[in-house]
Amino acid sequence: MKAATVTNESALIGRVLAGETELFHELIRPYERLVYVTIFAILKNETEAEDAAQETMISAYRNLRSFRGEAKFSTWLVTIAMNEARKRLRKAKSAAENSLTEPTEDGDGDFTPAVLTDWREIPLEALERKELKDKLREAVAMLPEKYREVFVLRDIEELNQEETAAALGINVTLVKVRLHRARMMLQKLLVPYLKGQAPARTGFFRRWFQ
Amino acid sequence: MKLDCKHVWEHISGYLDKQLDPELLAAVERHLENCEICSAVLDSTRNILILTADDRTYELPVGYSERLHEKLALAIAKAPDMGG
Repeated sequence: MKAATVTNESALIGRVLAGETELFHELIRPYERLVYVTIFAILKNETEAEDAAQETMISAYRNLRSFRGEAKFSTWLVTIAMNEARKRLRKAKSAAENSLTEPTEDGDGDFTPAVLTDWREIPLEALERKELKDKLREAVAMLPEKYREVFVLRDIEELNQEETAAALGINVTLVKVRLHRARMMLQKLLVPYLKGQAPARTGFFRRWFQ
Repeated sequence: MKLDCKHVWEHISGYLDKQLDPELLAAVERHLENCEICSAVLDSTRNILILTADDRTYELPVGYSERLHEKLALAIAKAPDMGG
């Protein structure tokens, strides 16, 4: 299944490059969400993110010839998206400074999660709650940029470590370290909103309950 | 191998990603069985990740796809030969 997708994809790329440019629409269709969410989580603004997503896809079209097929097409797209988001973020940087103080990356992982004993699981109803999703997006937005980038690609987009490393131009070890920090910071930021929830059964969610 | 809470916290991510080597995994699991605090930290972190991966947490703006393809069509019309 996956191999077939990849084959179709390289065939599609070949045909676009050979002149069937309309097929570019089909080529990027599976990645529309990936590109938008990646950028949104960095820029935190819908309009800006949509604009940047459009730029990303146009830029991918114009530079398709430089895609060599060494990376996956999706990773290549994410790299372009990330660069577009970073560029815009830098431009807007002087505006608001709302990052947490960045912990140092060396050392032995000196952090403390929020300790809690009065609840164990978020009940399914709570996962449905809009406010909790809002709080999560806010918390992600508060992460320092380098942690946010890794978290977005690994835990929102579910790219693997190697793909994430490739898209960000960092090594896998750094991906692991930053992801861990990001998750622990989020845990700390979000625990106040989760407290007091009654225990409930765990469910059917993708990769966490296999 | 005996771990204290602080060490277990360092491996929460590796545990969730199933990346701990067998010896460390066994030690972490032994600790978790007997430690409410670490179990709660693990569960809360895992729940945050479940919520994160839920497609409804990050939603696309209405009409995003249509507008994207309109813009693309314009760009393609402007550069139809891919420089080749």
